[in-house]
Amino acid sequence: MQLESSAQRPIIGTGASELGGSIKAGSGKKFDRKNRLLIYNRFFKIACIASAVFVCLVLFSILFFMFRTGVLTFQDVSPMTFFFSTDWSPENESYGAFVFIFGTFALTLLTLVISVPLSVIIAVFLAEVAPKWLRNILRPVLDLLVGIPSVVYGFLGLTILIPLLRDLTGTNMGDGILAAAIVLTIMVLPTISRISDDAISVVPRKYRDASYALGATRFQTIFKVIVPAARSGIMYAVILGMARAIGETMAVVMVIGNTPQLADALFKPTSVLTSNIVMQIANVPFDSTWNNALYMMGFLLLIISLLMIVLVRMFQRKGAQQ
Amino acid sequence: MNMATTNAPNAPKNAFRSEKNLNHVKNRFFTVFVWGISAIIVLFILALLFLILEKGLPSLSWGFIMGLPSEMEEGGGIGPALFNSFYMLVISLLISIPLGMAAGIYLAEFAPNNKLIGFVRVCVEGLASVPSIIFGLFGIALFVEMLGIGLTIIGGAVSLAFLNLPVMTRVTEEAIRAVPKELKQASFALGATHLQTIRRALIPTAISGIVTGICLVAGRAFGESAVIILTAGVSTSGEMWDFNLFSPGATLAVHLWYVQSEAIVPDAVSISDKAAAVLVFVILMFNIVFRIPLWIKDRKNR
Repeated sequence: MQLESSAQRPIIGTGASELGGSIKAGSGKKFDRKNRLLIYNRFFKIACIASAVFVCLVLFSILFFMFRTGVLTFQDVSPMTFFFSTDWSPENESYGAFVFIFGTFALTLLTLVISVPLSVIIAVFLAEVAPKWLRNILRPVLDLLVGIPSVVYGFLGLTILIPLLRDLTGTNMGDGILAAAIVLTIMVLPTISRISDDAISVVPRKYRDASYALGATRFQTIFKVIVPAARSGIMYAVILGMARAIGETMAVVMVIGNTPQLADALFKPTSVLTSNIVMQIANVPFDSTWNNALYMMGFLLLIISLLMIVLVRMFQRKGAQQ
Repeated sequence: MNMATTNAPNAPKNAFRSEKNLNHVKNRFFTVFVWGISAIIVLFILALLFLILEKGLPSLSWGFIMGLPSEMEEGGGIGPALFNSFYMLVISLLISIPLGMAAGIYLAEFAPNNKLIGFVRVCVEGLASVPSIIFGLFGIALFVEMLGIGLTIIGGAVSLAFLNLPVMTRVTEEAIRAVPKELKQASFALGATHLQTIRRALIPTAISGIVTGICLVAGRAFGESAVIILTAGVSTSGEMWDFNLFSPGATLAVHLWYVQSEAIVPDAVSISDKAAAVLVFVILMFNIVFRIPLWIKDRKNR
């Protein structure tokens, strides 16, 4: 009896204060309704905390694993060679990843150059121009497009886009950075335009009214008042799209050509960080320098995408201040 | 507008008028431009999806959907790959939904508002932005190297669950936060405990958001390929209904890629056309089956 009551007291104590004392005294038996509820509550809360901790743990173990394996690269390769040499031929012990790093940045930039203007136009159309019935159809459709698997977009690029590009240029070369950028544009377009659309939709009505009251046309209102007011939301959307473009693997693998050469022309088979990892990782032994170099490239991708999140949070805070 | 007022004194009388006309022309032009671009892009993307379905669906047969894949000859099916897709989807959801929802509920309901929790939120967001291929590399390091079980269904499913965990967490948190405060207070006022409030009041109210999130996660798990290639391999065990967690587990999305770029079967084009159609069809079905009831419910409530 003594043991029981001393074990129960802390449970009742914390439980009652948390719940605003909503449970009245029970019958005093060990497993009466009151204690059962308190134990359930407590257990549930602990389970929730454990899950939240687990999510953080996954991130840190990923960081740890990637770093631990990746950093071994520098036992055999100097950082200068890894980051700035353009010679990637692991068969001959040369591990220069510059081609892939450059490819990733060039591809992302090209994707953004194509996709951002188009996405903003679609967002403006959805939020300001389209009639309500069309808006109610288009928004779910765009949300649906976000969920189409990337390998399907890659397949489309491979079977439709590349033959088309070959016809247009009249050469044998269709694979390359332009094809990948077009495929990625189709992929990130729904994401960027839907989030920008939300950002434009929440611009207060009074801004619009004030602008129209000054005699501005709809064109002037949208580009001088509404889009600037939604700027931070649109930036947020662009960064999310950018993160998706940087990390996308399968769609890129299928159209980029997978050749380790510098992407200095639009139609030239090249390779980016993600595509190189996925094409080579299956064929290398785990303890080799080659494998470590691939992990280092993964670690780079990880750091880039985490930096994006820091940027996103900065824009969110800025948006909140406004 | 500024231009018009400052120019007015020196300009002839009708300057204001021409300025106004110019603006109207611009406005008209802009409206047409925005309509045009949006229509072209949306129709273009929809046409692509339609093309996939149209090329693949008419020639589908049960023999193809349930059949075994072949390495060399024509007429291989996608049976085991399709089965693996669903099998892995179920396993990964069994892991990611409870964990993700619990973490989301913690962040929405229990978490104090301090720096540590702010940090946890950054972690969740950070994990959500990690490229899928990194989860694949992590899966290799964890399952193939540390645990030494090779490329297996369970390794792929767990890696997929990790990929979806942060999305599930964020969606749940947002959905529960969006529940009106009065509902929660009313539940407390009736004498409900916190758990009862969450189970009977908050989750049923937030279910629309949570189910949308589950759809998103399920679609992502079903279509994901980079993670699976690295952690579950590009081949199947070659048998139908193979529930063994430790057999290699290429899914339909992986099979689509594999047939298109690595395999040497003569009818690769027709196989991949049909596989792509099945993939898109299943994803569309997920969305239709789960979302339409919610959509109707939302309409009724309005």
